[in-house]
Amino acid sequence: MIRPVREKFPLSLRSLRKVDEVKRPSSIWSRMLGNTKFRWGLTIFMLFVLMAILAPVISPYSPTLTSFTPLDPPSLKHLLGTTANGQDVLSQVIWGTRISLGVGVGAGALSIVISIAIGLLAGYKGGLADKILTTVTNIVLVIPGLPLIIVVAAYVRATGPLTIALVIGLTGWAWGARVLRSQSLSLASRDYVTAAKLQGNSDAYIIRQEILPNMISLIVANFVYSVLSAILAEAALEFLGFGNVSDVSWGTMLYWANNGQALLSGAWWWFVPPGLAIAMVGASLALMNYGVDEIANPKLSVHRKRRANKRS
Amino acid sequence: MKFVAQRFLFLLLSVWAAITINFFLPRMMPGNPAEVMLARYQGKLNPQALHALALQFGISHQPLWVQYWSYLISLLHGNLGVSVSYYPTPVTTVIAQSLPWTLALAGTATVISVVAGTWLGVISAWHRGTIVDDILPIATTVSSAIPYFWMALLLLYLFGFLLGWFPLGHAYSTIMVPSWSAGFVGNLLAHAILPLSTILISSLGGWLMSMRNNMLHILDDDFMTFGEARGLSSRRLVYIYAARNAILPNLTGFSMALGFVVSGALLTEIVFSYPGLGYQLFTAVENEDYPLMQGLFLIIALAVLLANFITELIYARLDPRVREE
Amino acid sequence: MIESGHVLNVSHLTVDYGNENTPALALRDVSLSVDPGEFVGLVGESGSGKSTLAYAILRLLHGGRVVEGSIEVSGQNVYELDSNHLRKFRWETVSMVFQGAMNSLNPVLTVEQHIFETIRAHDESVTLTALRSRTDELLDMVEIDKRRAQHYPHQLSGGMKQRVVIALAIALNPKLVIMDEPTTALDVVVQRAILDRIGEIQKRQRFAVLFITHDLSLVEQIAQTVSIMYAGKIVETTPVEQLLTGTLHHPYTRGLLNAIPELLEDNVAISSIPGHPPEITRLPSGCAFHPRCLYAKDECRMSPPILKLYAGSWIACERLPELEELYSDQ
Repeated sequence: MIRPVREKFPLSLRSLRKVDEVKRPSSIWSRMLGNTKFRWGLTIFMLFVLMAILAPVISPYSPTLTSFTPLDPPSLKHLLGTTANGQDVLSQVIWGTRISLGVGVGAGALSIVISIAIGLLAGYKGGLADKILTTVTNIVLVIPGLPLIIVVAAYVRATGPLTIALVIGLTGWAWGARVLRSQSLSLASRDYVTAAKLQGNSDAYIIRQEILPNMISLIVANFVYSVLSAILAEAALEFLGFGNVSDVSWGTMLYWANNGQALLSGAWWWFVPPGLAIAMVGASLALMNYGVDEIANPKLSVHRKRRANKRS
Repeated sequence: MKFVAQRFLFLLLSVWAAITINFFLPRMMPGNPAEVMLARYQGKLNPQALHALALQFGISHQPLWVQYWSYLISLLHGNLGVSVSYYPTPVTTVIAQSLPWTLALAGTATVISVVAGTWLGVISAWHRGTIVDDILPIATTVSSAIPYFWMALLLLYLFGFLLGWFPLGHAYSTIMVPSWSAGFVGNLLAHAILPLSTILISSLGGWLMSMRNNMLHILDDDFMTFGEARGLSSRRLVYIYAARNAILPNLTGFSMALGFVVSGALLTEIVFSYPGLGYQLFTAVENEDYPLMQGLFLIIALAVLLANFITELIYARLDPRVREE
Repeated sequence: MIESGHVLNVSHLTVDYGNENTPALALRDVSLSVDPGEFVGLVGESGSGKSTLAYAILRLLHGGRVVEGSIEVSGQNVYELDSNHLRKFRWETVSMVFQGAMNSLNPVLTVEQHIFETIRAHDESVTLTALRSRTDELLDMVEIDKRRAQHYPHQLSGGMKQRVVIALAIALNPKLVIMDEPTTALDVVVQRAILDRIGEIQKRQRFAVLFITHDLSLVEQIAQTVSIMYAGKIVETTPVEQLLTGTLHHPYTRGLLNAIPELLEDNVAISSIPGHPPEITRLPSGCAFHPRCLYAKDECRMSPPILKLYAGSWIACERLPELEELYSDQ
């Protein structure tokens, strides 16, 4: 086993900056894109994004049109068959991408913004602010999310995608905040941050220039993770009928399939495609997350090199 | 001891937070949902019950802190109000009927999933570099992305409808009378297998992967090589050295994972009409039975918080560094 | 198999960490022997391959492989042992104090449990009473209070952890104890105390020691023989007296000696060796030291020099016969 050689470097600001420069954002992005798992995940996800954008072009029928034979199994006319209400399943899956991805990305973005704000503030400022924020974060973390979302959704009667995204985003930030806090805590005590402070730079400047760029991979991982759990939570809420059931989304499709006795009538083509779509988007996000994780913790992929050694 | 005291303090704090959220939720919501509910039940319930409901949901001229105080007092007396859909059954009675089902289902599933997932994680990390190690990450990533309720639907369709191996829902056949007879217990198990499998399939991968990743970190630690150099058996190295240390960070990740498993279990119950807290919560929302809904949320939150606290105690038992602080 | 009489005999050992495309030779043609009871110092910079040698002796090269040469311990080829004999060989014959002694102990086991499990792994029949008295004896030897037996690693100071690791290393009365930078992480006073302790125990128990360090001044005081490593190769093996009396040495050894500040002498110029050691994936041709050597000439770039005996030392340098003259010209 080759042990890492700890290089001693002179403690001048110049050299400290140089050490830091190696990990600048541009190289992190390229490292993420260089990871096979991340690239696969991103490709699959972008295909779904494309599907959402091009829905009017590629969808064979209108998703709300009810004029077809109900519960028609897959055929050339309806590649994924029809629902009990005589809607085309394929068109619904294609159009459903919009709400599922929109809510997922929107809620994920909201979560990550809150996570960053709270994580940075707690980790960088420390002291009493840190104590309070950490306690709040831990509490939000342990209070089960889905039941809370269900209760809130039950009270807010007029739910649409926007409300759902808001509720999910506002309840899902705790894990990210916790991870980002410990990262910024460790970054804030690095020598180059101390050096920047001694040079009289403002906190805002230091956070922008020294802290944030070094958290990019963590932020990406947490964003991806937030989007994943938001998509799953959204689907769950709509499946339970807490969304607007007249919207076309993967969750509402499953709601109608479940209430329309899709199982009893053996209409697997009705409930399999939307669930598969959720699983595929979810897997693409999980792959991206896994890829970022491999970059951040090289040990996770170390076994590959070892095996290469054994073979030779 | 200091650690345990600290965790107990956190338990109290988080319980208080859950209670407080529970108190403020109906009062903060736009559109005054409580009044809508009261209007719906006007005439169906007697005036005293309506008055009690009004008080419970903040339709009152008393200052907020007085309401809050009397809410806390009534909680201390174990009073969660009266269910309107099961009127006049108290909320606590309804919960007491559904709690055991959830505890049995989610509890069993969680224990099996944690134990099996952790063990498989240990095995796969120890045999890193084999074909299993290539497939595993992909398989678990995909399985972690499958929604619980869809997995439930799939299993229900395959093994319930198509193959007819298992019943389609509920905890036991309604024609049977609950008893400890072999027939009834077998009936219970037959009903539990599909929901149990749903939770297991969806949650096992998470435990497996996090244990595997922790193991991979530990395997490179100096004390592993030192143990190997001392001629310790590989059995001892795997379990007393690697796994014993790798399990510690896994336990701290329990708090987040538990929330997910419980949420997943609730969804699974709904699909299988399994009469636990999740199914009850779902019907309470459908019936706009706000007192029952709030009571259920509180109980679910408390159960999760308590499970977390117990995990912390186990953690303290396993890690000498924490135990003595 | 030839019974050599050495407790350790490494001959022409080459270890590769790379793959087919890029070899990374951590050790190149290393030969080294240790006699019973001998204290040998192995000195080299970080990355010179000295730890690799230690791991290679115990067959603990994770990811590296022996491509040439052999290692014999008490006449037995280490790489021909089956897994059961290997497990026995480790610690019963050769034990090792690791570089990262701070992290060598399992955080969830007490000092006593560490000693117990080590002895039990090699003798299942040992009684609890015997284990207890052996633990007391070992802790006594490394001067640790008996009450510490119940303590966990996190409750011990760095120096105490190091003593526990040493106690573990001698628990089974091995013939050879490899010590890989055993005191590097400790402060100077503790370092001194531990070194003295090692010296005393070694004299009493009569095991051989292969002491690995980057600090030449450390081994000067306790070793009998010193080997100097550079870029995966032993460039010089010499009796310790020769280091102190300043006879002829390899240019690299000379550089190391000049870099030691002598507190007691005035006006001695301290000089460091210019340049950096090479990376093992990009070794210079010929003598790996030639880019940094003041005396290098063309032939040094051609073929790697082999160890030759000269005035009581084994030295690997193409310009060996001329060195004396070259040094005096300075």
